[in-house]
Amino acid sequence: MGAEPAGAVRGKGPRARRPRRAGQCWPWFGRRGSMKCLVTGSNVKVLGKAVHSLSRIGDELYLEPLEDGLSLRTVNSSRSAYACFLFAPLFFQQYQATTPGQDLLRCKILMKSFLSVFRSLVMLEKTVEKCCISLNGQSSRLVVQLHCKFGVRKTHNLSFQDCESLQAVFDPALCPHVLRAPARVLGEAVLPFPPALAEVTLGIGRGCRVILRSYHEEDADSTVRAMVTEVCLGEEDFQQLQAQEGAAITFCLKEFRGLLSFAESANLNLCIHFDAPGRPAIFTVKDSLLDGHFVLATLSETDSYSQDLGSLERHRPVPQLQAHSTPHPDDFANDDIDSYMIAMETTIGNEGSRALPSISLSPGPQPPQSPGSPSEEEDEAEPSTVPGTPPPKKFRSLFFGSILAPVGSPQGPSPVLAEDSEGEG
Amino acid sequence: MKFRGKIVDGACLNHFTRISNMIAKLAKTCTLRISPDKLNFILCDKLANGGVSMWCELEQENFFSEFQMEGFSAENNEIYLELTSENLSRALKTAQNARALKIKLTNKHFPCLTVSVELFSMSSSTRIATHDIPIKVIPRKLWKDLQEPMVPDPDVSIYLPVLKTMKSVVEKMKNISSHLVVEANRDGELNLKIETELVCVTTHFKDLGNPPLASESTSQDRNPEHMAEVHIDIRKLLQFLAGQQVNPTKALCNIVTNKMVHFHLLHEDVSLQYFIPALS
Repeated sequence: MGAEPAGAVRGKGPRARRPRRAGQCWPWFGRRGSMKCLVTGSNVKVLGKAVHSLSRIGDELYLEPLEDGLSLRTVNSSRSAYACFLFAPLFFQQYQATTPGQDLLRCKILMKSFLSVFRSLVMLEKTVEKCCISLNGQSSRLVVQLHCKFGVRKTHNLSFQDCESLQAVFDPALCPHVLRAPARVLGEAVLPFPPALAEVTLGIGRGCRVILRSYHEEDADSTVRAMVTEVCLGEEDFQQLQAQEGAAITFCLKEFRGLLSFAESANLNLCIHFDAPGRPAIFTVKDSLLDGHFVLATLSETDSYSQDLGSLERHRPVPQLQAHSTPHPDDFANDDIDSYMIAMETTIGNEGSRALPSISLSPGPQPPQSPGSPSEEEDEAEPSTVPGTPPPKKFRSLFFGSILAPVGSPQGPSPVLAEDSEGEG
Repeated sequence: MKFRGKIVDGACLNHFTRISNMIAKLAKTCTLRISPDKLNFILCDKLANGGVSMWCELEQENFFSEFQMEGFSAENNEIYLELTSENLSRALKTAQNARALKIKLTNKHFPCLTVSVELFSMSSSTRIATHDIPIKVIPRKLWKDLQEPMVPDPDVSIYLPVLKTMKSVVEKMKNISSHLVVEANRDGELNLKIETELVCVTTHFKDLGNPPLASESTSQDRNPEHMAEVHIDIRKLLQFLAGQQVNPTKALCNIVTNKMVHFHLLHEDVSLQYFIPALS
């Protein structure tokens, strides 16, 4: 079918109305090339683990064989997390991104479908000898074939959609703070946190200690407070620690665990690049055969929600990270709860006012914590119930905008990442 | 009020962790009572608990290498705290291979029991995990409701069979009926019975042995084969049995006919009493 200038023929059917971009070909006219990759041995399990990791983030997998390797990407529905693995050609026993002269394939598959091929990592390790991912230029199915022991061959025909390339705009080099440690160290560090914990704050405390603390949204309605867990790592645990004291970000732990478990199993170092709160944090792993990037949005320091309320103190707190546990064994400065007891005794049955967590951002040392006299606590506590307000959306799709935008500027509408190839525009 | 304690011995730490896991299975929220010699985990028989009550006691010097407390006042040298049991067991879980564990009462923005675990780490630096468990300090006025329950003289006192066996039996019975009859006699026989319109199931345990009764006088009149029975809610019994992950050193139960069943277990040096009232 010959190319038609845009808009030249109107009203002659849906095809004619579609905007055309240079170089785009209609999917079903087969100008798409054939792709073939063959993974063997222990790399099959590595591939499987990567897919498991990605499945923690998004529901759709963007598969794109590039000249420099096979790229697997995903993004979550709220656009606050993006993950990408790039497997170099050397990772494969055989790698053909596309047939010569043809366009590169870009396709989008349901994560569930692709994951089902690699569901059992144990099975992959024990029985699968080779894994072949291929797409014939004409066909409408991505074929994943597992060659297993005893001559068993499992063939999965997965349907897919053509799509635009999923690109997130980010540059680790622009982040002022970098931490690098073996994944194992970070894995051990997150062990004390409850598996269900959604968010965690990572920051640099006094003496270059790296602190991880569980983050719980201040839920005014709940009467049951959550336990706060904090883990303190020394500078020596890190291969690279380039960050200011007081720098801290809060991000989704569940999403991070996806990359962490991959990195632990592959025995890699994990690098964390971050910037000011609100700017995305970039987690990377790398070895000679593969590259992984997880980009996660971080909690911003002020939220338009709280500003609208006009309240002074209900910034979504970016917790000041000061190690609560110091190396000194007898730090009982925070022990005194007698004043609290006095308040309790005089107002039996009254829940009492709750002091708010520290919200100062200054990297300097915190003023000594006084347990607070009852009246002080009452002054600080503001009416903590805002009935009927929905929880604010904390993690906006922050990072798909231009990274050149000044910090703190309001984000424009999030740019479209991947247009539907069949889209109505 | 002050409290701080430190456990350095690995075996003590593991034992303390197991106790807290058990408490977490028995009571969602419980009271921790701290006194100079003991720690108690208490669940009092409020309606919210379905009338079940629990009293667990341990001697602090069997666990802590350091233990200091200052109670409410000199005359009332005790501290009563309410906490979510799972928080404590989760915090202790991280201490499985710890060098040391410190626990103290603090007031960081809100009153907490801070559990601080010093972990072994590959590198030279110490890794410290801290858990701030939110607590509610129970005011002095309410202490009277949290005292050790009085146990009326039981009609029958009998040693329990292997708890795992009991648990698997009761688990199956739960699918058939929500009431269970626990009956036992002074001849070492214990029966667990359920009755519905369609079916009756009884499991008989024999040769269990009876501990000597405190009041011998009443025992003379009774036929040793006479069964003392009590109807209880099967789920409460199951919850109790499910909490026992480890076989106790000693386990017995006291039955007060149509009133309650009282379980008394000893896990090494920690005593647990659990009271299930009869269904009215």
